Amino acid sequence: MRKYIIKRILLSIVILFFVALIIYTLMRCLPTSYIEAMARQKSMQPGSKSFEEWMDQLTKMYNMDKGIIPGYFAWLGSLFRGEFGDSWKWTVPVVEKFHDTVWVSFVMGAISFVLELLIAIPLGIIAATKQYSKTDYTISIIALAGISLPTFFFASLLKLLFSVKLGWFDLYGLVGRSYEYLTPMGQFWDKAAHLVMPVTTLTVLSIGGLMRYTRTNMLEVLNADYIRTARAKGLSEHKVIYTHAFRNTLIPLVTIIGGSLPGLFSGALITETLFGIPGIGYASYHSMISGDIPFSMFYLVFLAVLTLAGNLISDILYAVVDPRVRIA
Amino acid sequence: MAKKKPEGYLSARESRRISRENRKITNALEKQRKRKNVPESEYLTEMKDPNNAVEFDNLHAYFFTDVGTVKAVDGVTFEVPIGKTVGVVGESGCGKSVTSLSLMQLLQRPQGQVVEGAIRLNLGDKAYDIAKTPQEQMKHLRGNHISMIFQEPMTSLNPVFRIGAQINEVIELHDGSGKTREEIKARTIELLEMVGIANSEGVYKMFPHELSGGMRQRVMIAMALACNPKVIIADEPTTALDVTIQAQVLDLLRNLKDKINSSIMFITHDLGVIAEMADYVVVMYAGRIVEKGTAEEIFAHPAHPYTIGLMASKPVVGKQVDKLYSIPGKVPNPVNMPDYCYFKDRCEMCVAGCNGDYPCEVSLSPTHKVSCYRYYDRKEGE
Repeated sequence: MRKYIIKRILLSIVILFFVALIIYTLMRCLPTSYIEAMARQKSMQPGSKSFEEWMDQLTKMYNMDKGIIPGYFAWLGSLFRGEFGDSWKWTVPVVEKFHDTVWVSFVMGAISFVLELLIAIPLGIIAATKQYSKTDYTISIIALAGISLPTFFFASLLKLLFSVKLGWFDLYGLVGRSYEYLTPMGQFWDKAAHLVMPVTTLTVLSIGGLMRYTRTNMLEVLNADYIRTARAKGLSEHKVIYTHAFRNTLIPLVTIIGGSLPGLFSGALITETLFGIPGIGYASYHSMISGDIPFSMFYLVFLAVLTLAGNLISDILYAVVDPRVRIA
Repeated sequence: MAKKKPEGYLSARESRRISRENRKITNALEKQRKRKNVPESEYLTEMKDPNNAVEFDNLHAYFFTDVGTVKAVDGVTFEVPIGKTVGVVGESGCGKSVTSLSLMQLLQRPQGQVVEGAIRLNLGDKAYDIAKTPQEQMKHLRGNHISMIFQEPMTSLNPVFRIGAQINEVIELHDGSGKTREEIKARTIELLEMVGIANSEGVYKMFPHELSGGMRQRVMIAMALACNPKVIIADEPTTALDVTIQAQVLDLLRNLKDKINSSIMFITHDLGVIAEMADYVVVMYAGRIVEKGTAEEIFAHPAHPYTIGLMASKPVVGKQVDKLYSIPGKVPNPVNMPDYCYFKDRCEMCVAGCNGDYPCEVSLSPTHKVSCYRYYDRKEGE
């Protein structure tokens, strides 16, 4: 087991090296260049140097005068020294900007992920055990609606109903107008209230897929011979479904759950934009369109690390829930 | 002229109508079965003969599918005497397994339902009518008084639980009151040893995938015997095993039956196995019994043309044949059964009477019964 994990981690480092190289190459080839935009702006100012001169100066200043491969190794070198550089667009250290934005996204992602598991898995099991009943059809329709609704549409509906008509929540933002004057407890509740609608959006739109997946797997398991054996033993229906069948349904679910680790940190661009929440999805999008290489590199490589870690975790969990899988 | 529709064609509207009607029937039946606190008088009954462990009386088990009602078991009557083995033979899809699953109330629900008839189970002091027993009560019978050994040892054990845990579970459920964990474990180990597993302590801790098919079938048998059931249903227990293991498993079953004095309902399509195991034989064809009698009667004097055909299609040691006999034709479509003898279209011994209704049962001896027009003259002669 230990040997396997070490092997996997070493392999992950190799993969990461090439993933980062590809991301770096793509970032460098992006048609939008932060330096070019900056040089154009500077050269517009009265009495300024020409665009070409600014271009040369800025390229040297931002260390972009090297080719892609030497540039990549320079970036890699600073990474090993623990320097992640400053964000060009946000003009603060990359880590600071990341730290400022990632937590709100993580909280949103984590809450909606937990809700998704708590809602989708039981619903999937109920739908499977009562296949073709009214309950099953109702759940399936809700799930299908969840899958099909576009984020912007559903978010707008929520806004219309709960902020415009009912006035329960604010339309935008993470904090209310009077945030500064609230007690720490009040500030917490203020933030919580502002997160209700984004979290609802994220949850409703994600339960459909997981629910359908649970239902399909549960149906397959319920038709298995060993379920008939369990019934033949005289076990109660509850025990048959929640012990014998559910343990087997867990096996495919675990792979999905391990794979959703990066999703917790990647943020939700559309939802964050619609609700005006300064999360990582919003920040990374704007970094990318303005060609902010240090920030985008940090964000994308971080996600790559999480993806690899997620895969490793789901492989390990796989061996935990399925005795037939032995990692060696 | 209307376009000619292929056989079995169903329009969408027709299919919808069928499934709607099915839903109505099955929902009513399901509701009845799921009731709680049903008075005992509703499902307790009297055995016709107290020497029988199980009596099937005019059992009808139907499957309400979207293409129509499949009469998988259509009026089956036979008995399993206490301490005897009854073999049920017939080709695939003739209703053998459905008959046995009805006894366990394990038909694939909600489509599969027992719609008519009675299955009387003798528990000594009480007799249950399984066809009317609600789900609540059924839980206490399954695994405890009736148990089943399934056809597929490879898939019949839950892959994520250890062997020990899976057998403990049955003992805990029906026999566990007042027993400590150690006592239950000791009983499980004892059972594993009883079915001839040498390394019982080791197997106790293993997962099913670590065992071979023969070993798994032994575990299944141990599980079935755990609570000393009155009736054991063995649904083709040796089909998935190779011949050597088959012989071992059969020996095991025979010895164990004598040890705990239970009755076995042995389902198979292997006539050799039946000859070895059974005291009585029931031959089924397309959901009905065509012939039943003692093993000797069936093997020495087969009466129904189908049984005769089965016997002829069995290879015989020491007899040289170029080509093994096979019964011509195929089983009729289960959705639209004809109203004459189901075997008529394949029968090589048809007589004039065969065009009439389905033949009723004719007694050739007190135990030997056959449903065939060829023996009607004897009936009249009697």
